[in-house]
Amino acid sequence: MKASFFQKHRSVLLFSFMGTLLILVGVFQSWSVALTIFNLCLVSAIMALGVNIQWGYAGLFNVGVMGFAALGGLASVLISMPRVDEAWKAGGFGILAGFLIIVTTVMTCLIIWPKIKKNKRWRYWIIFILVILGYSGLRIFFDPGVRAIEDVNPSVTGYLGGLGLPILVAWPVGGILAAGVAFVIGKVALGLRSDYLAIATLGISEIIIIIIKNEEWLTRGVKNVNGLPRPVPYEVDLQQAAWFQDWALFLDLPLDDASSLLVKVCYALLFIVVIAVLLWLSETALRSPWGRMMRAIRDNEVAAGAMGKNVTWQHLRVFVIGSAVIGMAGAMLTTLDGQFTPVGYQPLRFTFLIWVMVIIGGSGNNWGAILGGFFIWFFWIEAEPIGLWIIAHLTSSMEPASPIRAHLLEGAAHMRLMTVGIILLVTLRYAPEGLIPEKKRM
Amino acid sequence: MTDLLNAIVLLSNFLIIPGLTYGSQLALGALGVTLVYGVLRFSNFGHGETMSFGAMVTILTTWGLQSIGVSIHPLPTALIAIPVGIIVTIFFTLLIDQTVYKYHRTRKANPVTFLIVSIGVMFFMGGLIRFIIGPGDQIFFDGTRFILKAKEFKELTGLDEGLSLKMTQGVTIITAIIIVAGLFWFLNHTRTGKSMRAYSDNENLALLSGINPRKVVLVTWILVATLATIAGTLYGLDKSFKPFVYMQLLLPIFASAIVGGVGNPVGAIVGGYVIAFSELIMTFAYKKVVLYLAPEGTTVDSLIQLLGTNYKIAVSFIILVIVLIIRPTGIFQGKTL
Repeated sequence: MKASFFQKHRSVLLFSFMGTLLILVGVFQSWSVALTIFNLCLVSAIMALGVNIQWGYAGLFNVGVMGFAALGGLASVLISMPRVDEAWKAGGFGILAGFLIIVTTVMTCLIIWPKIKKNKRWRYWIIFILVILGYSGLRIFFDPGVRAIEDVNPSVTGYLGGLGLPILVAWPVGGILAAGVAFVIGKVALGLRSDYLAIATLGISEIIIIIIKNEEWLTRGVKNVNGLPRPVPYEVDLQQAAWFQDWALFLDLPLDDASSLLVKVCYALLFIVVIAVLLWLSETALRSPWGRMMRAIRDNEVAAGAMGKNVTWQHLRVFVIGSAVIGMAGAMLTTLDGQFTPVGYQPLRFTFLIWVMVIIGGSGNNWGAILGGFFIWFFWIEAEPIGLWIIAHLTSSMEPASPIRAHLLEGAAHMRLMTVGIILLVTLRYAPEGLIPEKKRM
Repeated sequence: MTDLLNAIVLLSNFLIIPGLTYGSQLALGALGVTLVYGVLRFSNFGHGETMSFGAMVTILTTWGLQSIGVSIHPLPTALIAIPVGIIVTIFFTLLIDQTVYKYHRTRKANPVTFLIVSIGVMFFMGGLIRFIIGPGDQIFFDGTRFILKAKEFKELTGLDEGLSLKMTQGVTIITAIIIVAGLFWFLNHTRTGKSMRAYSDNENLALLSGINPRKVVLVTWILVATLATIAGTLYGLDKSFKPFVYMQLLLPIFASAIVGGVGNPVGAIVGGYVIAFSELIMTFAYKKVVLYLAPEGTTVDSLIQLLGTNYKIAVSFIILVIVLIIRPTGIFQGKTL
């Protein structure tokens, strides 16, 4: 059977369609809006790529995307913000002592566990007592330290600050931080299957967010960290540079607009570099013998195990790699926002939406994940204006003051939840392989 | 002696009564999750929104009743609005089942596909609810606020500590007892209930014995919608109704179902109370209790709190994760995947 023109050039056509949509936004709304959407599309695409590595390559159902993204965000704070010396002086000792106690407790538990494993009656009690002892010790040193730190100029700092390094360093570090946490989570939770892994990761990601929200000495919690340094020039500096003024004049744009556009383009270029590298790496990995083995494990764990593949270890590896990509995207997102707002991490936006992107784009296909990221983010943002426009037109025959019309217009903001839900349900039913299905490799 | 009584009253007021209330709400929610899991064999991420939907219909009905002056003072009007909420939610749930889940059921999709489908349903319902009633806080409680006021209790007993019982707390606990009793009677003593249990236990065997699977699925959704509406309304009455909150409630509910043993109704109830009480016990400040019990003249500096109140929700997740790792079948040997 000959494939039709559409099937043959499916991904090219879909990506051109996506590009056209963005250009339409640029023409009808503004180029600034289009670029903002484009940047967030890129970040979403990277997150979707991370989820696709876990789900598409290995069939791991990780619903803890939010947690890893937040860890990436945390990394950008810890790397880029200036150090608060006063806070270190006030409470640094308490924190370090507490940290040492945690490490000692965990190490003791790990060392002692093989020795008491056989003792069925007492093993959990011994661990329990050790944990209680460790926790009390932690609280004794930790609490005064935390209080001292949070008292240091609480309206501006009240936390330990970061390392004061360039924020670009935070991107790989965010990946490494997320990978480290993923390793621990994977060690304990990957033995569970499908449903339970999903619920466990969802729970763990909520725990991560609660910790980030409440440990103010580390993250300032709900007070947010504002004014993260940027990897790109500031608008104000640009506007004063002579070359930039000439350039804006040449393009016939007001200085304000031109500078904000240029900043966004700079971000977009940085993100494109990252996404290109990641895409190249993942495509190479998929084609390699390793990718072949991962697919074999995904499609039939038992058979792959019987062939001598270490399924647990490979699962852990792919879980860590995928989480690292998500963590990196989280750091990039915080960099783009210029601030770290723990309250902003909602599972709907940071976990489930990313999942919708992967499913709709085409699980198992990296290009699909990227397209899904673009598509869904675009609709997530544009559904509101589109919904408003539709409802305004539908109700234009009603009286302007009619309460029904007012209610409908107000409700239009929530259309996007419904739209995304319907898109997901329709995809699952009629095109479960997604927009760009996984390539069948022989 | 009085000190001991004071300590007991203090604990009852701030730990036992709130624990029983929250536990009942979680237990009713977890029963719904467990029924879907037992019979339809997937984790229903849309359950929080089903609760929210039921509560929303109840609220709209309550407002309607209030506007025409119907009232059952001192009880909240919402109690007579619940049946309407249940019926509408049943129809809505069945509609979703017919349009969405049925297709995947006939294709025998795997549980993960069902889970993702339920995420789609969650998005859709969440949007619908916000579209109809808005994302804000809705208060629909009326009637007397307290069954027993702290001041009255103090005068009555002459103790320093007061014991208060809110109307919503009393209503929640009593409704939960009635509903749970009714559900267990249904599952254990009626033909339909027995066939449901048989189907949940061993699908093929049940089909061979001539149990009609369509009827089982239908009855399950009816029960789930009923339980969800009641749980959602009780939670909304006790705290307040906010669409957003029900999504956050989803995890403690899953935790309750899993801790008790998913697919096992008794487990769901026990799990609900285990989660509720551990949240409260871990974050309760024991300072006053210790002061009452310790010999006179003792001074206590700290609040004697194991974890800050902010970590309340985290407790349920931590228990969930620990149970999943140590004993994934839960307390009462539920099903494993």
